[in-house]
Amino acid sequence: MDYKEAGLTAGIEIHQQLNTKEKLFCHCPALLRNSSEHSGEFFRYLRVTESEMGEIDRAAQEELKRDRKFHYFTYDTTCLVENDEEPPAPLNDEALSVCLTIAKMFGMTPVRQVHTMRKLVIDGSNTSGFQRTALVALNGVLPTGGEIETICLEEEAAQRVKDDIFSLDRLGIPLIEITTSPCMHSPEEVQEVAEYIGMVLRSTGRVKRGIGTIRQDVNISIRGGARVEIKGVQELDLIAEVVRREVQRQQNLLAISNELTKRKSSVNDTAKNVTELFKETKSTVLKKAKRIYAIRLEGFAGLVGREIQPDRRLGSEMSDYAKKCGVGGIFHTDELPAYGITAEEVARLRAYIDADSRDCVVIVAAVNDTQAACAVNQVIIRAQVALSDKPVPEETRKMLETGSSAYMRPLPGAARMYPETDVLPVIVDDGSPEYDYNSRAADSKSRTVRTRVCNRPELCNPAGFIRKTPPVRTCCGRGDKTQTCRIHDPFDMYGTPAGGCRSREDIR
Amino acid sequence: MAVVKLDSGYNIGVNPDSCTFFGYPAESTAKKTRVPQKKDLPVLSIVSTGGTIASRIDYRTGSVTSQFDADDILVAIPELAKVAQYRTIPLATILSENMTPSIWQELARAVYKEIQSGVTGIIITHGTDTMAYSAAALSFMIDTPVPVVFVGSQRSADRPSSDNAMNAVCAASAATSDLGEVAVVMHATTNDDTCAIHRGTRVRKMHSSRRDAFQSIGIDPLGFVAYPSREVTLKSHTVRRGSRKLALHDKLEKHCGLVQFYPGMSPDLLKAYEGYKGLVLAGTGLGHVSTALIPSLKKLIQGGTLVVMTTQCMQGRVCDRVYDTGRDLLSAGVIEGGDMLPEAALVKMMWVLGNERDPEKAAERMQEDLKGEYNRRSTHGL
Repeated sequence: MDYKEAGLTAGIEIHQQLNTKEKLFCHCPALLRNSSEHSGEFFRYLRVTESEMGEIDRAAQEELKRDRKFHYFTYDTTCLVENDEEPPAPLNDEALSVCLTIAKMFGMTPVRQVHTMRKLVIDGSNTSGFQRTALVALNGVLPTGGEIETICLEEEAAQRVKDDIFSLDRLGIPLIEITTSPCMHSPEEVQEVAEYIGMVLRSTGRVKRGIGTIRQDVNISIRGGARVEIKGVQELDLIAEVVRREVQRQQNLLAISNELTKRKSSVNDTAKNVTELFKETKSTVLKKAKRIYAIRLEGFAGLVGREIQPDRRLGSEMSDYAKKCGVGGIFHTDELPAYGITAEEVARLRAYIDADSRDCVVIVAAVNDTQAACAVNQVIIRAQVALSDKPVPEETRKMLETGSSAYMRPLPGAARMYPETDVLPVIVDDGSPEYDYNSRAADSKSRTVRTRVCNRPELCNPAGFIRKTPPVRTCCGRGDKTQTCRIHDPFDMYGTPAGGCRSREDIR
Repeated sequence: MAVVKLDSGYNIGVNPDSCTFFGYPAESTAKKTRVPQKKDLPVLSIVSTGGTIASRIDYRTGSVTSQFDADDILVAIPELAKVAQYRTIPLATILSENMTPSIWQELARAVYKEIQSGVTGIIITHGTDTMAYSAAALSFMIDTPVPVVFVGSQRSADRPSSDNAMNAVCAASAATSDLGEVAVVMHATTNDDTCAIHRGTRVRKMHSSRRDAFQSIGIDPLGFVAYPSREVTLKSHTVRRGSRKLALHDKLEKHCGLVQFYPGMSPDLLKAYEGYKGLVLAGTGLGHVSTALIPSLKKLIQGGTLVVMTTQCMQGRVCDRVYDTGRDLLSAGVIEGGDMLPEAALVKMMWVLGNERDPEKAAERMQEDLKGEYNRRSTHGL
C-alpha cells in the first residue's frame, strides 16, 4: 500500500492520567477502585443544553435519540463534586504544574491565562453532562519534525461498569491531552510518534502507569475521504493497524460509492411496515419486535454486505447508526437467509416492497413506531451518504478489539464548548524571564489564534477573576528521609533547587 | 487580559497588547421558535422573580435574559407542554439574596391578580437561597384556593444535569393538582425520581448545593410528585384546592429583625434594634440567650419591640419554663415562638405587625397557627 499515494494524513491525541495526590476539581484522592467496593448509588437524566452561542452541538444532538437515564456508583473516596451536587474546587495546581513541565519538554508556549471550559458530553460518562477541560500550552515540536498543537488539562470521565452504569472513582482524575498536528503520513510514523510522546510522559515520573491510564485517539483521513477520529486505542502496538484499517475502510467506501454511481442506485426514503409478513417467523429477534419496517435500497445488492474492513460491512455502519435509536441492529438481504429468517420470508419481503435482485432490503425491528421511524431514518441517512460524492462521513468512532472500528457519533463542533463559570481562570506566571509570553503569544496568535477576538472586555475580564499560581512544592524522597523542597520555577522543576533533588527519579 | 475563543472552542487569556483589532463578528440574531400550546390543558401562570428555571446567559449583554415568555420556557423544557398551557409574568430578575419584603408584596399582588383571572395554579420561579422566606411571605399574604408553587434549581440550568427541568415539570404537575396552599416543589432525593411538595411555612434550605436541599421541618412533606410519570400524591394534612377563599392581605411591617444568639454575644448588638417593631431571636436549645442579654431585651420590649423566641436547633419546640434563664426571659416579656422556624417567625412577625396594631393582640397572633407554621403538637422526631 502506498500511503503517500492514498493521501494519508494522520494526527494523534494522547490522553494520559496524571499521578497527582488529588483530583483535578475536588480534593478526593485520584484513586481507582474496584466497582464492587462502591458505597452508594444514584441515577440522573441528562438533557441537551444550548451552547453560549445558542447552538446545540451535533454530537450531543445524536445522543438525544435515546433515553439518557444513567446510574452512578459512589465510593468513600468520591464526594459531592463527582456527584454533581457541589461546585468544583479550584483547578489543581499540582496537575497544572505537571502539564507545564511536559509543555516545556516539548518546547511549547504556555497560555498566559488558563480558562477552564465545559465540553458537552452527554453519553453519561460525566455526571454534569460536560467534561471540564483547559488549554494549557500551544505550539510544540516533535523530533520527527512534526508539531504538537496543544496540551490540554482535562478531567477523566467516569468509567462504564456495564450498559448505563458508571463508576465515579475515575471521574475527575487529571488527564493531560496532547494533540499533534495532522503531520503524519504513514501508519508506522503514527505509532512511532505515539511511542515517543508516551516515553516523554513517563519520563516525568508524574503519570499513572498500567492499562487504561493512557489512551490514544487517532485522526485519519485520505484523499477523497474525510477526517475520522478513532477513540480509545489502549495498546500502542495496535495504532499502526488501526490506521491501516481505517485507510482500507475509507478506500472501500469510495469504491462502493463509485459502484453505486455506475449502477445509478438510489435510496427510497419511505419505509414499509412489514410486521405482518413476519408473524410466523422463527427469528427470535423479529418475533420479539412489535414493529418491523423494511427499506428498499435500489441497486445496493451485494454492496451492503461487502466487507470494508475485517469483520465490518457497509451494513455494519448502517447498523451502528440505527443503534442510536435503541434498536439492537438491522438485517439486510445481502446476509439473508440467516438468523432464523428463511429464504421464503426473504422472497415474500422482496415481492411485498417491489425489490428486484439488484436491490438490497434493510429490515429494522423496533419496540414501537417512534423507535422504528428513528432507526429507519438513520439507515436512510447512512445509505444516502454512501451514495453521495462524500461517501466517508466525518465521524467519531470507537476501536474494536482487532483494530477495526465502529461508529460512535458525528465529530463534535466548537458548539460543544462553553466556559466553566464555576472555575476561576488561572494566571500562569513564574516570573521567569526566559518565558516572554507577550511575544510568544503574539506569534501563536498569528498562526493559531485567528478567530473571534472578544470585543467586550468587561465580560471577558471580570474584576477579581485573577489568581496567581503559587510556587510549586514537591516532595523529594532520599533513602528513608523525606523532605520538602520549594521550587520557585514551575518550568524548571528538574533543575537543582535549594534542598537538592538529585534527579527526576527523586521526585515522586 | 483579553479572552480569545479558538476555532476548537477553547478560550484562552492573552495579553491584550498581543491582539490586533480587525473587526467585530457578524451580529447574530436569536432564533425565535413558537411552540403551540394544547388548548384543552389547564392554564398556569408562571411568575418569574429571576430564578434560573429557564433562563440563560445573553452573550450580547452579559446578563441572564429577562425577556422570557412561554415559548422560551417550552423550548427549554418541552415536557412542560404535556402538563398545562402557560402564561408568563416577568416580575423581577434578581438574585434571590437581593429579595426584599417590598418585592414580596409586589409578588403577592401579581399572584392575587392571576388567581383572580381564573388560572388553575401559579408557578413562581425563584432563586433557592431565600425561596423559603418568600414562600412563607406569600403563605401569610394570600389566602389561596389554588396551588401557589415555588420552584428553582440547585444546579444551573445551563448544564445537561440541571435539576431545573424535572423541578419545573413537577411544579407544574403540583400546580394542576388538588393542592390548595403555598408550597415549594424541589427534588426529594439526589436521584431524578421524585420531587417533594413542602409547605411554604415549614420548608428550609438545609444544604448549600445538593438537589434535595429543601426539607420540611417538623412536619411531613405535603406530598410527592413522581418523575417521569408526573403522578402527584398528597398527604392527609395537606390543604386541598378550593378550601380557602381568595383574599389578599399585603401589609407588612418591615422594621423587624432576626438575630442568632451565640456564646459571648455582646448586649450592645441588641441596641441596633431599638425602635424596631419586632425582633425574632434564634436562641440556643429550648430558647435561651445568656443572662447578660436579658436587661437589654427587657429594655427593647419596654420600648415597644415585640420579641419572639425561636430555637436555632430548627427541629423542636421552644420552652422557656424549664430553666431559670428561660423564666427570666418570659418575665422580661419575651414571647415563646413554639416550634416555628426562625425565618418563618420573622416573616410572620412582619405580617402580623403589619396587620395588627394592638401589641397584645399581635403577641397572641404570633402564638396562633395561621398558615400551618405553628404546630400545636410535636408529632415529629428528627
